[in-house]
This record gives sequence, C-alpha cells and structure tokens, in this order.
Amino acid sequence: MSEWISANLPYLLAGISVGGQYALIAIGYTMVYGILRLINFAHGDVFMVAGLVMVYATASLPIYISVILVIVVTVILGVVIEKVAYKPLRSAPRMSVMISAIGVSYLLQNCALYFTGGLPQVYPAIPFLSKVVNVGPATTKMVTIITPILTLVLVFALVALIKYTKVGMAMRAVSKDFETSELMGIKINNVISMTFVIGCFLAAIGSLLYFTNYNSVIPTSGAMPGLKAFVAAVFGGIGSVPGAVIGAFIIGICENIIKGLGWTVFSDAFTFVLLIVILLVKPTGIFGEKATDKV
Amino acid sequence: MSEKRHVLQVENATMQFGGVVAVNNLTMEVNEGEIVALIGPNGAGKTTAFNVITGVYQPTNGRVSFYEKPMVCNHPRGKMEKLYKGQNPKMYVHEHTLAPTPDHITKLGIARTFQNIRLWKSMTVFDNVIIAKHMRAKHNIFSSTFRVSRKEEVRMREETEAILREQGLWRVKDDLATSLPYGLQRRLEIARALATDPKLLLLDEPAAGMNPQETLELASFIHDIRDKYQLTILLIEHHMDLVMNISDRIYVLDFGSLIAHGIPSEIQANQHVIDAYLGVVEDE
Amino acid sequence: MGKKLTAKRSSEQKIGSVIAILCIIALYVFLFCLDNVLPASNGTVQMLITVLKKASIYALVCVSMNLLNGFTGLFSLGQAGFMLIGAYAYAIFAIPADQHNAVYQYFDGGAIQFSIPEVLGNVLGKNGGAFLGALICIIIAGCVAAVFAALIGIPVLRLKSDYLAIATLGFAEIIRAVFQWNGLGKITNGSNLLRKYTSFNDIQIQVGGTIFKLGTIFPFFIATLSILIIVLLVTSSYGRAFKSIRDDEVAAEAMGINLFKHKMLSFVISSFFAGVGGALLAMFQTTVQAAPFRSSMTYEILLMVVIGGIGSITGSVIASFLYISASEWWLRFLDSGSFMGMSVPFFRDGFRKVVFSVVIMVIVLFFSRGIMGDKELSFAGMIRKLRGKKAVPAAEGEEDAQ
Repeated sequence: MSEWISANLPYLLAGISVGGQYALIAIGYTMVYGILRLINFAHGDVFMVAGLVMVYATASLPIYISVILVIVVTVILGVVIEKVAYKPLRSAPRMSVMISAIGVSYLLQNCALYFTGGLPQVYPAIPFLSKVVNVGPATTKMVTIITPILTLVLVFALVALIKYTKVGMAMRAVSKDFETSELMGIKINNVISMTFVIGCFLAAIGSLLYFTNYNSVIPTSGAMPGLKAFVAAVFGGIGSVPGAVIGAFIIGICENIIKGLGWTVFSDAFTFVLLIVILLVKPTGIFGEKATDKV
Repeated sequence: MSEKRHVLQVENATMQFGGVVAVNNLTMEVNEGEIVALIGPNGAGKTTAFNVITGVYQPTNGRVSFYEKPMVCNHPRGKMEKLYKGQNPKMYVHEHTLAPTPDHITKLGIARTFQNIRLWKSMTVFDNVIIAKHMRAKHNIFSSTFRVSRKEEVRMREETEAILREQGLWRVKDDLATSLPYGLQRRLEIARALATDPKLLLLDEPAAGMNPQETLELASFIHDIRDKYQLTILLIEHHMDLVMNISDRIYVLDFGSLIAHGIPSEIQANQHVIDAYLGVVEDE
Repeated sequence: MGKKLTAKRSSEQKIGSVIAILCIIALYVFLFCLDNVLPASNGTVQMLITVLKKASIYALVCVSMNLLNGFTGLFSLGQAGFMLIGAYAYAIFAIPADQHNAVYQYFDGGAIQFSIPEVLGNVLGKNGGAFLGALICIIIAGCVAAVFAALIGIPVLRLKSDYLAIATLGFAEIIRAVFQWNGLGKITNGSNLLRKYTSFNDIQIQVGGTIFKLGTIFPFFIATLSILIIVLLVTSSYGRAFKSIRDDEVAAEAMGINLFKHKMLSFVISSFFAGVGGALLAMFQTTVQAAPFRSSMTYEILLMVVIGGIGSITGSVIASFLYISASEWWLRFLDSGSFMGMSVPFFRDGFRKVVFSVVIMVIVLFFSRGIMGDKELSFAGMIRKLRGKKAVPAAEGEEDAQ
C-alpha cells in the first residue's frame, strides 16, 4: 500500500492541486448558470486571458503589482463581457445567449492568437508559489500545497457570503426566481455583475495557481480546463458551489490517477465519460435539486 | 335512458409532486356522447387531472381507463400505499403499471387543447392542422421524403381543408398562427385537436378571455362538433354560464379533492360548492 | 368537395424552377471550366477552386446542423464528432492496398488490406473505380456516423436543451480521444495521419484521349444531392413534424407525434450527412487526423448557421460560402501586413480571425436572425416580389391556382 502511495504520490498531489484550480474556475460556471441559466462558454477563455495578462504585466511591472493587475483586469473583463454580450440577449431564447457566449470565446481565443503570434508564452515564476518542496518521497512546487488550502478558504468565504450577507441572499433569490426577485425590488443588474465579479476573481486566482504549475500559456490554454471545470459544476449540481468544488477535486484526482496508470490519452476523455454518466443518471447533479416542469 | 358506454373512467387517481398533492383520489367517469365539465377554483388540480388522463404525468396512484380498457396506471413506487394504510385496501391499485406517452394516448383517440394556447408559432394555420394528421398517415420517413406516393399527402391535405372550412378558418389558412385574433386561435387549437380523429375531446378553458357573446357562440359550437364528429367532451371551465348551459354533468374539485358531482341544477344548489367556489353574495 | 389542391403550380413557381435549373447548369459548366479550361497555374483560379470545394463541404455540414438545431430545435454540439467518424470511415476504406504498410506503419499495415475504389477499379477501370468507389465510401461514412448517432441518441435525446448541448459536446470529445488512441491503431492508425486515399484529384473521366478533371464538380455534386434530400425531408410531413417539435414539443406530443422517434430520426439523418461532409473533408484535405475535429469546428459551423439564419437552408448555404470565402480569401489581406500597397503594421498573422470574430459578435448581437431569418430564398419568391404580389410562406410546396 505504501509503495502504491509513494509511486503515485506525485499524481495524487497533482490531482489535488489541479482539482483546486478547476474548482476555482468551476465556481464561476456554476454561479452564472444558477442565476442566468447560461453556460458561460467564455469563462475558460477569461481564465486564459488572465494568464496572458500576467505574462505581459510582469514584463514591465513588479510581480506583486502584476498579481493585483491581473485580478483587476480579469474582473473588469468578465463584467464587460456580461454587459456587452449577455445583457442585451437576456430576453432572447436560451440558444441565442449560448451562441453569444461561444462567439465571445472564439473572439478571446483569436485575440490571444493575434497578440501572442501563436507562440507559447512563458509564465513568470511567482516567488513563493514556485518554491520547490518535498512532500514525503515526492518533490513538487509549493503551489501544489497552497492550492487546496487556498481553494477551501475561498470557498468557505464564498459560502459564508452567500448564506449570511444581504448580497448573498439576493443572489439566492435571483437564482430561484428571476422575475419575482426583480419585482421584489432586487437590483438584478447589480446581482448579476456581482456574480461575474466573484466568478472572475476566483478564475484569476485559479490562473495564478494553474499557470505556475503548467508554465506556458497558449490561446487554447483555457479550453480544456474550462470544459473540465464546467463538467465539475454539472457533476456537483449546477447552481451549487460546494457541489462544483467537490466535482472539481474528483475530476482532478481521477484524471491524474488515470495518467499514473498510463492511460494518458484517456485522462481528458474521463471527464466527458463522467459528464455523460451524471447526465444520464442524475442530470441535476449530485447536490442538485429535482425540478418538475409545469405543463 | 339507454345504457351508454363508459368512454373515460378515472379511478382513485392521485397525483403527488414532492410534498404537494395536486389531485387527491379522484374518481370520475364520462359516458359516450356526454359533455362533462370539471370545475373548481384555480389551483384545484383540474389541469393536472387532464395531464394525468393524457399521459403527461404518470399518477402516483390510480388508473385511467378508456372504453373500459386500462390505459394509464400508477407509478410503481407510489407513496400512496402508506397514505391509504388502514383504509379500504381496494383504493390502492396494485396493477402492472401502464405509462403510455401522450402521443400514444392521442392515437387511441383522446385529444386535448391547452389552457395557454399552444399553437406552433412559426407555422401557418394550415400547417398547424395538417401536422395533427401526421401520426395516422400510412407513411415512413423514406416514402414521405422521396415522395414515393402522393396519396397520403393528398388525403391529409383534403381532410385538413375540410376541417378548416368547417371551422371558418379557410380564409386565413396561409396566415401565421400567431397573427390570428385570440378567439380564432382558440378555434384553431380545437380544429387541430379534431384533426387527430378523436373520440374523446378534452378542452382546457376554451372560453378563457371571451366576452359573453363569444361564450354563447362557443356553447353552440361545442354542441355542433359533438354531434358532427360524434364526440364525447370533457371540459375545464370557469365561465359558469357556459358550464351550466351545456354540461350534462359536472364534477367539482377543490384543493385536489372531489367535493361534488351531479347535474347542473344539483351543483348550483350544493352548499359546499357555493362556499368553496361559486360564491354567495355579490361583493361590491 | 372544395377546389382541387394539387392543381397547377403558380406561374411564379414554374418560372422559378426553370431559372433554378438554368443556374445549376451554368454553375456546373463554370466548375467544369475551372477544373479543365482555365489556367491551373493562375493564383485566382487556384484560390477559387479551393474556396468552392471547401465551401460546398461546409454548406452541406451547415445544412445538416440546421436540420437538427434549426428545424427540430435540438441544440446539439456534436457535429465535429460525426464529421470525424465520417472522415475516418471514408479514409479507412479508400487507402490503396499497396499503401497500407506505409500508412499504417506502426500497426502492421492495418486491419483491412483492400480499398473499395481499387476493387471497383478492376471492373470499371481506374476512373470509374475512383468515382464509384469514392461514392460508396462516402455512403459508408455517412452510415457509420448514423449508427454512432443512433447509439448516442438513445440516452442523450431525452435531456433538456442545455444538457443536450453539453452531452453531445462531451460525446464528440470522447470520440476524438478514442480515435487518437493507439489501442485501436489497427483501424484508426492511432495518433498518426491517414493518407494516400482517393481524393478529389483522383476523380476524373476520360473521353476519347482527353482526361477531364472533376475535382471541383464532385464535392458540389455530392453536396447538392445531399442538400436536395434534406430539402425534400424538410418540406415533407416529417419535416413539419420536426418543426412542430421545435416550436412546442408538448403540443406536438399531444397531437400524436412520438418525440423520441422523431428526434432520433432527425439526429440520425443529420449525423449521416455530417458524416458525408466529413468524408468530403477528408478527400479535400488528403490527410485525416482526429485532432482538428474539436469543439471549435462545431462552433464555427454553428456560427455559420446563425449567420445564415437558423431554420433557413438557403441561409446556411449562402452563409457558408460567404464565411469560407471571407476567411480563406477576401480577408487574407488582413494577415498580410499591407493594404492597397501601404504597409499596415498591425495587419499581421491572426488579425483576420480577430476581425472575423468581431463581425460574428456583431451579427450575433444585432442581427441574430441572420441573413435569411427562417425564410428561404427562392426564385419564385423573388419573381413574386418583382411582380408586387404578396409573399407566400415557404413552408408549402404547392398552392392553388389563383
């Protein structure tokens, strides 16, 4: 047993680490879907843009200012996208908004392709996170340990926000019943903007952690993590923050165990198999609620 | 009165959604050629009863029979067994469950209209009706696509034309369904239901939104189609003048339970019904 | 009994049909000239050929997606997966026997050792074999894609719209992973390319001593035929049933339409033609690999459908031609660094796609109904407009004599 652990420890650690990073992205998906019933296809690409901004910022600014800049820019980007691409289509059929999200994703990727010239950008080393540490027999970067801790701290903070603050209550109301909330005087636009602020803030943090591990940023860097985070959100129950987090950790760990077993080709596919299974068995996700439609 | 066949029999139908019992142990029957009304306050479970009869929901308990053959039966994991424990055990129907999809039930001969008109918005009046003929046509996707034989399509078109002419909708046959005035839209929905060659027609609030004049016309309209198409009709309605005018019998629901049943005069005099629904003194 | 319904077609429809047929003949003559008469070395001719081939393929794929999304209302994002299956199925059966060892070099020459065009070539001669063989392989490609669709459809089609989208997306990604897996290398060649199979350049006929190339006519022919079949389907009773499911499936079910059966039919047929499109794409690219068939390909097709108009077949065709022409040809200058002789520094590689993406966003936000909305472009309709008559909805195929 201990042999298995030491042989696979790097994979387990990587799994927990990337799971936490997926979780931070997944929260963005699940919150936006909970409120707008929109699959924000562009979220993964916002995450990628955060990575790129860090690369360019550190070229001329000190690390800690760059970090703050990344967070600010990502949040602004998310809010702008919402105002420009999603808000005008709020009363349009669901498919239109999803198509808009796909269009934004496409735009972000192409802009990134243009600005980077298609060359992978090397991510700067963030001093504390990139430090090499030993965990038992395995060596890894500090970020691997920081990630799960930081993720859990942020998630607890978020859950507390949703449960105990007025803003959180407003968000819960809006996700339950959009129109009635509006009629009850809740400022919908502010609630929605807040949702995107939180989601993008977490995605920015996630990008700091993720790219410290993976080092290079290309325009499609956001696609896979984005999709996987989304599957995590669906798995956990779309609209449920704890569910998305648990789903993300499960995906991260399993994906790396599969790599450890030698089936690297299927590590990505595993995520989708999980998606199919959950959609067939319990589409509302592990922690989701059953919804009946009125005819 | 000659012995009429039971067209529809609903026995101990219960429909439970989570904690809400929308329909509670409903038993009713409709006989051939009758016009029966189902009335009650909003939220009493009338449309839910329709949905159970037409297969949209599978009842938590109970059975629906069509021409005395069981058509819909309760969900196997029905929670009603506990609820009825200690009471008459025959109330819980332990049968092999039947859960046909709504299209199957329509093929058997039950058609319906909807409370909030559900016409196909992007399609013309003509197309809205001819689609209802699709299920009975003798074709498959290949013969239909490659126009192997024109016979079925021609037949469907002729029958659709006949229905539209009878309902006074021929003039507007090429207009979009949503461009029609409200009253004609309701008539179109009924025409569409008739196109499925039903034996039993379920009308969900056919007079909604109509003024007294239109309601009167609707009354004679319902009588006409009942005679012309040899139908049995079950309707949900709030316009009491229409209900009392045309119904042979009336069932009254309140909070999902049946509180009264009888001919119009009996119902009008029923104190329980008056308290729950019809009202006593006209308020200012 | 009322007036006869199947009486004469209106004069506009008759004239419209004649014009349509003339246009098609003219088009094919033009394509023939492109391949055989105009100078092959001319850059514009080359570009035109490439664009037309690619556009016809994408037109077919867009129409197949429109059938599913626009006409039946099933928001599926799995198109790339079925194109992938079609491309591979085609290539596998069209690699000449003597090339198998070279292509399947890591997998002992692969599972099969023959190719259909060759087998037929023994009977019909090289050109006949190539043509008929390619045709049969294309049909096989479509059928294989259809079979996969049937299997996937069973669990997936009962999901609600958003969930259907991500489930089909998920399946497409799983398919892509499976086709890259070396474990199936004997069939798929794993992560290596499939190549050397019959492609557009092999399609030609010999009349007397001259060889006439049909490299551009062939994809057009297949695409036209396929789109024609889809048009027949959409204007049939089943097509009406599909539209009713799109508009209100609760009402459709209440009027006797079996949702599962009809959704499955639409899904399978759409996937069949996506497979055919994939096969044509394989022929166009002359090499096939799983990696490019990712979700971004599906997104591009979806965007073309939206630009053309969800629910309009002519819209999809027009949009795909515009899109491919713009992206492959007209907007090339945006990548080239200069415009009309002036050096423009930010016109460098990738700018074209950026401009493109912005245009698409503008269309999605402000012109969401697309070019055609849900109407069809027809010559009869145009003539009617010219004559000042009221427009008749495109849904019907026939009308009374006035």
